[in-house]
Amino acid sequence: MTPPLSTADDATRQAEFEARIARGESIEPKDWMPEKYRRQLVRMMSQHAHSEIVGMLPEGNWITRAPSLRRKMSLLAKVQDEAGHGLYIYCGTETLGVDRQELVDQLLAGTAKYSSIFNYPTLTWADIGAIGWLVDGAAIVNQTMLAKASYGPYARAMVRICKEENFHKRQGYEIMVTLARGTPAQKAMAQDALDRWWWPSLMMFGPHDKDSPNSDELLKWGVKKKSNDELRQRFVNLTIAQAKAIDLTIPDPELRYDEASGNWIFGAIDWDEFWRVVKGDGPCNRERLAARRKAHADGEWVRAAATAYAAKRAARDAGAAA
Amino acid sequence: MSQMTDSQWPLWEVFTQPGGGRPHEHAGSVHAVDAEHALQNARDVYGRRGEAVNIWVVPSAAICASTPEDMGPFFDPGNEKAYRHPQFYKVPQGVRVF
Amino acid sequence: MTVAAALAPAYARYCQQLGDDRLILGHRVSEWCGHAPILEEDIALANIALDLIGQATFLLGRAGAVENAGRDADALAFLRDDRAFRNALMVELPNGDFAVTIVRQFFFASFSRLQLEALTRSPDTEMAGIAAKALKEATYHVRHAAEWVVRLGDGTEESRQRAQDAVNDLWRYTGEFFLTTSEERALAAEGLAVDPATLQAEWERSVRDVLTLATLTTPATSWMQRGGRDGKHTEHLGPLLAEMQVLPRSHPGASW
Repeated sequence: MTPPLSTADDATRQAEFEARIARGESIEPKDWMPEKYRRQLVRMMSQHAHSEIVGMLPEGNWITRAPSLRRKMSLLAKVQDEAGHGLYIYCGTETLGVDRQELVDQLLAGTAKYSSIFNYPTLTWADIGAIGWLVDGAAIVNQTMLAKASYGPYARAMVRICKEENFHKRQGYEIMVTLARGTPAQKAMAQDALDRWWWPSLMMFGPHDKDSPNSDELLKWGVKKKSNDELRQRFVNLTIAQAKAIDLTIPDPELRYDEASGNWIFGAIDWDEFWRVVKGDGPCNRERLAARRKAHADGEWVRAAATAYAAKRAARDAGAAA
Repeated sequence: MSQMTDSQWPLWEVFTQPGGGRPHEHAGSVHAVDAEHALQNARDVYGRRGEAVNIWVVPSAAICASTPEDMGPFFDPGNEKAYRHPQFYKVPQGVRVF
Repeated sequence: MTVAAALAPAYARYCQQLGDDRLILGHRVSEWCGHAPILEEDIALANIALDLIGQATFLLGRAGAVENAGRDADALAFLRDDRAFRNALMVELPNGDFAVTIVRQFFFASFSRLQLEALTRSPDTEMAGIAAKALKEATYHVRHAAEWVVRLGDGTEESRQRAQDAVNDLWRYTGEFFLTTSEERALAAEGLAVDPATLQAEWERSVRDVLTLATLTTPATSWMQRGGRDGKHTEHLGPLLAEMQVLPRSHPGASW
């Protein structure tokens, strides 16, 4: 092995790294990176992966009650995609030298965060429509940006995810359209779901820029390309017309259109509720973690069996070859 | 009861071949205990939209990759060999097809 | 093709039976989504459930078309009572642990593959088309389940015991696959149905091979449970249907 001719010091490397980011180059797993960049990525990517996995639960709650065969297959395929997306992002995180086992342990121990929206219950079928329309709609705004993130494996996972998620928002909106144009009971169900999911959807983009401790660093390093507030505004602007088209009312009396900026100005978000749910006191935090822990514990003997079988077979193959 | 430590199984890299005789491309990774298992998981994870006609799986630990430090010595010399490209060679006017 | 009027009622019931097996099993397998032993398996089981529900959609659609009484696949799935369902008892049993789910999957898929293979030769070209597509899916289901049966059987002491328990518990429900119903007898002569009794020897051979490889014991044949084909089910089907049918039943006439 040829020894490197010189060892750059960390300050030089950091400057080189930042120049690469500025040139829009993609950072790859073996490239030198500041430890803080690595840590921020692990934090953000694992939270994202956990969100996909926990996000399977509220929608999974309705797979067995979907009202038609078509709806049942769409929903099952969508929840399955979330498992796939969690898997892609966990794999992306593993390129940073963290084992998936470690990340799963953090989730189950309750020390990792995931998107708070999944701590709300799905009470009616319309909630499945609202989640696809609003929650996936918000996620797409966020993920479209992340597909240009500076870390290659994360950006590539996002490209795949965005491609696959194209149908998620549409299936949700289609459910809302059908309900909104259905019987009075169905329309009421749709409005009720919008009333309950609207504000938590806006919270999905995270705290206001001035209260978001990680944002500056993530923006500086090109992990994020736009701020929480910019993304939230974009989502609101996109969604209002979709609600109007199906004659549903956004539950915000202060909502108004601002000619000058072309933005829909919305009322104050209840950040006390946001932090309460983040810190564990949402309606379903306990249930979500309990469900993940149970699946993991129930599956332990299965994982062990597969490992034991593979070891036995490898030993037999080695014996046969000798 | 098994005394083994719990694990998510070893990591495999997945390469899928799209139709039309195109080359295999890296699709992502899966966890699996052996090659057959990795193939099945790769099929379920990366082939569920009918994107692939063939799949390779390779233990992630078996992948050797060039390092960022290799980048200059490995690849820059290849950038300066204009004579490897057809545009380097002159063709008399009027001759269009070879 | 149009099925001869005299055979249509029997053929419609037969198509329902084929659809019901797959609908109810697909429903059970879908219950795993989000709760599987590892992420890769969440995805694999969801694929299987999707295949089965997709097959059921085509088969119940065919049943409705042959019946010609204005019922589509959704009407047959969501608006029939449990006594009108014709699925085998095994597919409606609760999921149990992963071993029960996998062994059931292995038993059913091994049967389904043989049945579908025969149905690819149906003179009803629509059925032949449905069967050809479903056969590819079932072939993969056998491969997936058989690999797991071997891993569990030849894995740890605990997994071997759980797999053996599952085999022993489910064995009594396998005989029903091969009971020839009156519809099957009438239709088999025309090639419209496969007489399942003709599939039994091949099924037993292929199942025994895998169980042996998995170091599991194939149970001696004992009393075989039956009743599903006549709508006489276990106590598990009622709650399953109550859950599955709740929305269409509580909003009569609504579209979804």
